Amino acid sequence: MNRLLTYTVLLGMLGLAGCELPPQEVKQVGYRGVGMEDIQSPERQAELMAANQPPEVLPPAPAAGPLASEVYQNVEVLGDLHVPQFTRLMNAITAWVSPEEGCAYCHNLNNLASDEVYTKVVSRRMIQMTQYINSEAKAHVGDTGVTCYTCHRGKNVPDYIWFALEDKTADKVIGKMYGQNMPAEATRLASLPADPFTGQLEEPGLLRVASDSAFPGSNDKDVKDLEKIYALMMHFSGSLGVNCGYCHNTRAFSNWEQSPPYRATAWHGLQMVRTLNADYLTPLQPVYPDYRLGPDFGDAPKGNCETCHQGVNKPLYGAAMAQDYPSLQSP
Amino acid sequence: MPEYQNIFTRVQVRAPAHLGTAPEVDEIFERENLTTFSYWIGKFGNAQIGPIYLGTWGVISLLFGIAAFEIIGLNMWASVDWDPVQFIRQLFWLALEPPSAEYGLAFPPMNEGGWWLIAGLFLTISIIAWWIRLYTRARTLGLGTHVAWAFAAAIWLFLVLGFFRPLLMGSWSEAVPFGVFPHLDWTAAFSMRYGNLFYNPFHMLSIVFLYGSVLLFAMHGATILAVSRYGGDRELEQITDRGTASERAALFWRWTMGFNATMESIHRWAWWFAVLTPLTGGIGILLTGTVVDNWYLWGVNHGLVPTYPEVWPPVADPASGGAP
Repeated sequence: MNRLLTYTVLLGMLGLAGCELPPQEVKQVGYRGVGMEDIQSPERQAELMAANQPPEVLPPAPAAGPLASEVYQNVEVLGDLHVPQFTRLMNAITAWVSPEEGCAYCHNLNNLASDEVYTKVVSRRMIQMTQYINSEAKAHVGDTGVTCYTCHRGKNVPDYIWFALEDKTADKVIGKMYGQNMPAEATRLASLPADPFTGQLEEPGLLRVASDSAFPGSNDKDVKDLEKIYALMMHFSGSLGVNCGYCHNTRAFSNWEQSPPYRATAWHGLQMVRTLNADYLTPLQPVYPDYRLGPDFGDAPKGNCETCHQGVNKPLYGAAMAQDYPSLQSP
Repeated sequence: MPEYQNIFTRVQVRAPAHLGTAPEVDEIFERENLTTFSYWIGKFGNAQIGPIYLGTWGVISLLFGIAAFEIIGLNMWASVDWDPVQFIRQLFWLALEPPSAEYGLAFPPMNEGGWWLIAGLFLTISIIAWWIRLYTRARTLGLGTHVAWAFAAAIWLFLVLGFFRPLLMGSWSEAVPFGVFPHLDWTAAFSMRYGNLFYNPFHMLSIVFLYGSVLLFAMHGATILAVSRYGGDRELEQITDRGTASERAALFWRWTMGFNATMESIHRWAWWFAVLTPLTGGIGILLTGTVVDNWYLWGVNHGLVPTYPEVWPPVADPASGGAP
C-alpha cells in the first residue's frame, strides 16, 4: 500500500518534470479580474539578469586628427570617423564579436584593407544594418538602440539565429509531418509548426487570421493558417520571457483597442526583422562559407526576436549602449 | 462493514465465477466462458474478469479499431524515420494530420491526408460497431439502452469534429489531427481562428454540463458513501422502498440547500448532464465557421462582452495607417 503510494507520487512527479518549479511572481498588468498577468520565476529572472549585462564602455575618443578615409584604404562605411574614433570602434567590435580571435577574425593582418576574409564583408554589412536599425527602426528600438553586442554577446555568431527547415517526410508514402508535430525549440516545445520564420519573418504581410466580421464569408483562412502564426507568437513570447497578456487582451487576441501598447512595439519589431532578413541578412548568402549556411537549404543565417532579446523583454534590460557609439547611430 | 469504507476494497468475497445468461446461437462467434480472478482488480471492483462477450460487432469493432490505431501509429513512427527511441520520446508530439485545404473534400494522395481519411473511416466504423454492440448487449440482457445513447452523445461530438463540420465547410482540412499535443494545439488554434470559443453559448453550456457532471458525480458519490452505514449503498432497493438512508440523505440536502434529488432522479440528473456535455458542445462546434466566424464579435453584437476601464491609452492598429 505504502509502496503503491510511493510509486504513484514518483510517477506524478515525473509527469511534472517539464514544469517550472515554484515560486512564481505574478504581477497584474491589465484591469482587475481579466486574468492579464505577468508571471515570472525569480530564479529564472536571476539567471537572465546575470546573462544579460552590457559590457564596459570604452573611453571616448577625441574627434581629432585625420579622417579614417584619408588614412586607410577601402573604408566604405566608417570613413567619416576620425582615426582615434575609428580605432575605438574597431576595438569595441573586436571585444563584442571576436574577443579571442582579435583583428584577424575579419582582417588579413598583412593587409588590413583587403576584403579577402569573408567576415570583413559581412561585418561591413552588419555595421550598415546596425545604423539602419538605430536610425530607421526607432519605432521598435526607440532611443535605446542596438550595437553589435546586442546580438553577438562576445561570440562570432550570435547564439540565436535561424535557418529554413525542410520537411523531410513530404516525399515519402507515409508519415508526412507538414513541418510540425515535433518538440521544436522555436515554438517552446509545442507541436506547432517548427519553422514559423520562413515567410513570416522574411516578407511583408499581415499575421491576421481571425475574422473582422462576426459572420462567415469574408475570411478564407483556416486553423492551419492560425497554427503557423500561433507558432511565431510562441517564439515571440519565449524570446521576450513574457506571457500572451504582455501584448494581448486574450479575450480578443486580434483587437487592437484593448491591447497593451507593447503590441504596437512588437508589430514594429516584426516589420524591422523582416527588413533586416530581406535586405541585410539573406543577400549575404553568397559571401558565407558553406559551414555557416543552413543545413537543409544552404540559406544564410537569419535573425528573429530572440537574436537580440535573448529571453528578456528589452535586450540587455534596456541598457542604452548605442548612445556611447555615435558612429553606429546612422549612416 | 467499516472495512468497506475505503476507496480500496479490503475484503474480497470469492465465489465460483458468475457466467450470466446463456449465449445466443445466431452469433458467428461462440461466447467463451473464460473467467479468471485478479486480486489487484478486486481492490478496485469485482475481482472476476470475464466472461467477455465478443460477438460479430465486437470483432468488427476491434478489427477496424486496431487498423485505425495501426495506421495512426505507423504514420507517427514513419515521421521519425522508424527510430524506435524517437517514437517513444516524441510520441506525445507526433500526429497524423488531415489533408491540406487544397484538396477540399476530394481524396488526396496517401501521404497528403489519404492515411488520415482511411484512419478516420476505420475509427468511425469501429466506434459505430461498438455502439451497436452496446445496444444489442443491453437488449439481450433485458436492459434499457441508456449506456448506448450516452455513448451516442460522445459519438455525435466526434463526428461533428471529424465529419459533419468538415462536410459543411467543404474541406477535410477543417478536421482534427490524430495526436496528443497536436489535437490540443489544434483546439487552441481553432478557438483563436474563430475569435474565442468562450463567447460561443453552446460552448458555455457544454462547460456547464461538464463541470456540473463532475459536481453531481461528487455529490452523489459522497451522499451514498455517507449513508452506506444505513444501507444506502443498496440504491436500487432504496429507490423502490425508501428507508432511513434515503430519508437522511434527502433531509441532509434539504437542510443544506433546500432541495433534494431522489434516489432515482439523481441518476437521471447525472445521465442528462453527462449526455448534454458533448451534445451541446457538438452544436457549438457545428455552428463555428459555418454560421458564426468570430464568436467574440458575435458576443459584442449580443451584449455578452463587458467593457472594462482603460488601463492604457488605446492602441491604434499600426497597419491601418495610424503609425508609420
